[in-house]
Amino acid sequence: MTGEDNLLIIIPAYNEQGRVGQVIRDVRSTLPGADVLVIDDGSADNTAAEALQAGAISVSLPVNSGYGVALQTGYKFGVRNGYAILGQIDADGQHRAEYLAEMLRTLDEQDADVIVGSRFLERDGHYRPSLARALGIGLFARIASLITHQHISDPTSGFQLMRIDVARFFCSEVYPTDYPDADILILLHRTGYRVREVPVQMRPSPGQSMHSGQSGPYYMYKMLLSIFVTLLRPGARNAP
Amino acid sequence: MISTNLRIIAIAGSVALLLFIIELVRRRRLKEEYSVLWVTTAVLLLLLAAWGGLLRDLTTAIGAISQASTLYFFGLIFVIFLLLHFSVRVSALERRVILMIQEIALLGERGRPPAAHAEDLGPTERDEETSAS
Repeated sequence: MTGEDNLLIIIPAYNEQGRVGQVIRDVRSTLPGADVLVIDDGSADNTAAEALQAGAISVSLPVNSGYGVALQTGYKFGVRNGYAILGQIDADGQHRAEYLAEMLRTLDEQDADVIVGSRFLERDGHYRPSLARALGIGLFARIASLITHQHISDPTSGFQLMRIDVARFFCSEVYPTDYPDADILILLHRTGYRVREVPVQMRPSPGQSMHSGQSGPYYMYKMLLSIFVTLLRPGARNAP
Repeated sequence: MISTNLRIIAIAGSVALLLFIIELVRRRRLKEEYSVLWVTTAVLLLLLAAWGGLLRDLTTAIGAISQASTLYFFGLIFVIFLLLHFSVRVSALERRVILMIQEIALLGERGRPPAAHAEDLGPTERDEETSAS
């Protein structure tokens, strides 16, 4: 069993004043033993101060560098400070922290390395993305499922839990810091890590988020290219 | 044949470019590393401009009609290579900047110290990360 006292929950946040505090409180009430780390991605508002006030550890990037760079900073923090399990949750309140407990249980029981909270695993239709986004997510879910030979319903979900080995792997240059997304799942599969999905409910996104680029033509292009070159590379090393 | 005028301009241009590059390196405004492609470009252009036989044969080989277009064609190819080279350098620079941004951020950590499991992994872990990048 893995206790929650060796657990770090990473919250990448860009201009999330007024929202991030509640997310931190939710995480802390769900997992009282876990540490919470907010990566303030060069916010112009008081995101970092709000995070500190809510009891989180705060790390501020000196310039706005994007979701992937912020997340990877969190992985480095987790690896260097000896945590056993890292989780990540969005700062805008879209992800519901109460699911972290179940994700943690699944990580233990199913002998997995990465748990992804999926909006679509239970087809209850609670989450309705825009048409463009739904098409994009559907396409990459299909591609990721084909390549990994397992059903992947939500390849773009940033609601995850992982063992520290995976985070250590992500600290190297294999990690696509510009748009970590569906390509991550394929990379993990090719490296030999086991990914499992857990159904979660999400709240509607309150507008601008760190993922706001996730449906444009550049996103489609980048993801297809990234998946393609991931497949061209040698299958990396096998997971320990 | 290219006109004598064009030949003189091409030779003078290549020589001027070559001298300018060497001067930049001498004044340490351009690192030796980056001068390689530039020097190659200038020397090859000079060669094409000064050595009429080479230009004639190349023109026949690529099926061009005018020797002047052969000169432009190769000039353009060199420029494309230089630009690609810069894109590669910019990508490498960006990777290094990201590493620095992350290190600076981690140094400025605030809030509750994670004392419970503070076993800083020290330089080995960091070296691993840096060398992998």
